[in-house]
Amino acid sequence: MPVPRCSGPCGGVRPAALRRPRTGGAVCRSCFCNAFEAEVLSTLQTGRLLPPGAVVAVGASGGKDSTVLAHVLRALDARHGLALDLHLVAVDEGIGGYRDAALAAVRRQAGRWRLPLTVVAYADLFGGWTMDEVARRAAQEPGRARACCTFCGVLRRRALEEGAQRVGATHIVTGHNADDMAETVLMNFLRGDSGRLARGGTLGSPGEGGALPRCRPLQFASQKEIVLYAHFQELDYFSEECVYAPEAFRGHVRDLLKALEAARPSVVLDLVHSAERLALAPAARPPPPGACTRCGALSSRSLCQACALLDGLNRGRPRLAIGKGRKGLGEEGEKQSCTSKDSSGGPSRAGAIQAF
Amino acid sequence: MCQVGEDYGGPGPAELQPKLPWRGDCFKAYYVHKFRAMLGKNRLVFPGEKVLLAWSGGPSSSSMIWQVQEGLSRESAKRLRFVPGIIYIDEGAVCGQSPEERAKTVVEMKLILQTIAFPYHIVSLEEVFNLPTSVLQPVSQGPRGFENTYKEAVDGFIQQQQQQQQRAPEEGGGEAVLSDEQIQEKLRQLSTQDPVGQEEVAGDSLPRPAQTTALMTLFSSVKTLTAREELLQTLRAHLILHVARVQGYTKVMLGDSCTRLAIKLMTNLALGRGAFLAWDTGFSDDRHGDVVMLRPMRDYTLKEIAFYNRMFGVPSVFTPAIDTKAPEKASIHRLMESFILRLQAQFPSTISTVYRTSEKLVKAPRNGDAAGAATARCLLCMCALDIDSTDSATAFGAQTLERLAQKLSPAPVLPTGAPGRPCCTKGTRLQPGCCRDTRPSSEREEPRASFIEQLCYSCRVNMKDVPFLEPFPPYILMESQCRSQRAWEKQEVQEFLFEESEEEALHPLGFSPQF
Repeated sequence: MPVPRCSGPCGGVRPAALRRPRTGGAVCRSCFCNAFEAEVLSTLQTGRLLPPGAVVAVGASGGKDSTVLAHVLRALDARHGLALDLHLVAVDEGIGGYRDAALAAVRRQAGRWRLPLTVVAYADLFGGWTMDEVARRAAQEPGRARACCTFCGVLRRRALEEGAQRVGATHIVTGHNADDMAETVLMNFLRGDSGRLARGGTLGSPGEGGALPRCRPLQFASQKEIVLYAHFQELDYFSEECVYAPEAFRGHVRDLLKALEAARPSVVLDLVHSAERLALAPAARPPPPGACTRCGALSSRSLCQACALLDGLNRGRPRLAIGKGRKGLGEEGEKQSCTSKDSSGGPSRAGAIQAF
Repeated sequence: MCQVGEDYGGPGPAELQPKLPWRGDCFKAYYVHKFRAMLGKNRLVFPGEKVLLAWSGGPSSSSMIWQVQEGLSRESAKRLRFVPGIIYIDEGAVCGQSPEERAKTVVEMKLILQTIAFPYHIVSLEEVFNLPTSVLQPVSQGPRGFENTYKEAVDGFIQQQQQQQQRAPEEGGGEAVLSDEQIQEKLRQLSTQDPVGQEEVAGDSLPRPAQTTALMTLFSSVKTLTAREELLQTLRAHLILHVARVQGYTKVMLGDSCTRLAIKLMTNLALGRGAFLAWDTGFSDDRHGDVVMLRPMRDYTLKEIAFYNRMFGVPSVFTPAIDTKAPEKASIHRLMESFILRLQAQFPSTISTVYRTSEKLVKAPRNGDAAGAATARCLLCMCALDIDSTDSATAFGAQTLERLAQKLSPAPVLPTGAPGRPCCTKGTRLQPGCCRDTRPSSEREEPRASFIEQLCYSCRVNMKDVPFLEPFPPYILMESQCRSQRAWEKQEVQEFLFEESEEEALHPLGFSPQF
């Protein structure tokens, strides 16, 4: 079968190199990359996400999404004079055999693009707790799933916030794509997380109570197109999945989404549209944000989730802050804050978070 | 051992959920109580009201009818006090059944219907070709917010009934403004006969072959099973609505169970109907205005229904559905159904969690947008349109951008239709491009574009799988034309209109509320 001509703005001058997954149109390499970048630019402009002069902390994990994000932001900044000051912030969760290789990729990218890189490690920030250590602890409770992703996600956001403040950023951007958003809304319904459903849906958070505004410029781009873009731009990224990923609940939803996409290609954006238009009862919405009593971060309860999770870990009860009923949180912590090692021999827990 | 009673006497325990074995009588009491509680808690059904029960032959709707029958019987304590009727829609044409099979199914249905002494209506799906455009026009309910208590609502309803009876003393129900002959005419269109007494005899039970062919043409022109399912649900809803209106039913009860509604919620999320989940899966669905759809079975899992039906011998008839025997990956509905049922096996609280979350959904536009009465309604599903074409920082906006970027030439602009210089003199024949042809040119050149503009997001996505508009039933096409004509006319006089003030929108009759 002969390769069709490109149906993009170049007018068929070049032969098509790919078929766009969502629209099905055949386009050449440069039309596709231009269109992709134009769509990201449109998301930034219509949502007014990054004003000129913003100091932007890009959450860089070494994976395809954050690599493409950094690359596109850099290209758009150069081409359109967006006046953005880009910094890469990488988080080291302490997952052996995975994070080291990913960080090496980030370091290479930072060198190639000449962007400043800051690495924030869980071990430094959270009193010696690495994800491997957390996983070992959480595994001690028999009969229940380990919930590693719950810990990692909360702590990573906290770490990203710390890293961003270290570089003096005004905005945080992450590489979440449309598939992530679609999976999240399905997951939130399946797990009954009406608080997140009420809060989420659109263009990140505006930044309340001292937390930096966060946004996701790639949120309308489909995962397949991100992979295609990275392929055509020959970007160097780290493509293995996390060691703990097979246990995650998100895996079920990811498989479902793949199957749904086969039945109807636009389902990912349809889910994002649904998420944008959900109407939840006022009682389901989370309470207005305050500050954590221990570390001062944005929180809707007296302890922010990161402090609460760490509290549970430090007291030898990893699931203390997971699920409903957080009785007993924050009580013993004050009394035992002087000891360097707790009774079960875990890492030292001087307070919850060590600020710079 | 039975969870409730202490003795081992009754019929063997039924394991419905882990740790909850039931004995027969206790289970029955629990089951019946749930039904009453659902109706009683929501306080939407008034005494003496006519309620249409939608029966598909399946276990949930059969169980619902059984509950209503038991609830109405003289022996039951605090018996229910509404007037039921049953509707069965014969969808055999689109489910691949031959005329003989359909006739056989109808005979089986009638056998069961005759044991239940309610008036019934057997309508074939082909009747959609006879529907009037009034089905698609929402009926506003007038200033509603002031009937706060159930008692006031019941009083209002009884008053309304008495007024109707004074105007038309020879008939018990029906629309007050229609005379007997007009009702007969409408019924003839539906090929059923006016109920005389309790029994009803359906007219020619098989529809005309031309209509069956037209229906099959419509469904076979749809490219995907997902879109076909959605189309079937839409047409079914329109048909039930019309029969309810003609026969004077103000409420319709649907037999959706908790399991089915959880699946439906997740499916509708994937179809882009996130804005309408409260209407699609909540207890009451009032999008049509005068006829309210209720879901009294929404608290029962399929397992409970199956056990009850088996233990107490509730009759049901199996009929193939449009996706019976379709492969698992064939449609979004099938995929979601198998996903949820598989997940439920691994995480037993999945369905109840989705159900609880669905109860937190409200029927309001997100972020409190403009008052509901003013917004346009989707042509097919009749929910308020959820597309904001001005805000492109949304998923819809992103897709529009992609489509525009893909075209070599700019997208055809939908013109206002204002004629330019006159191209003819009086007396010449009206040509399609003539200045005197006052229809908007978008309609002349692209009826499909204006049709699509009148749909909500998810109906638009479905229409991508429907290549031709012509096979649609006439009432849909006519209403679409009418709406685009009206929109064009409004645009013509827009500059001369004063903006309706907020106060007028809230109190259209000029009355202000007394506090």
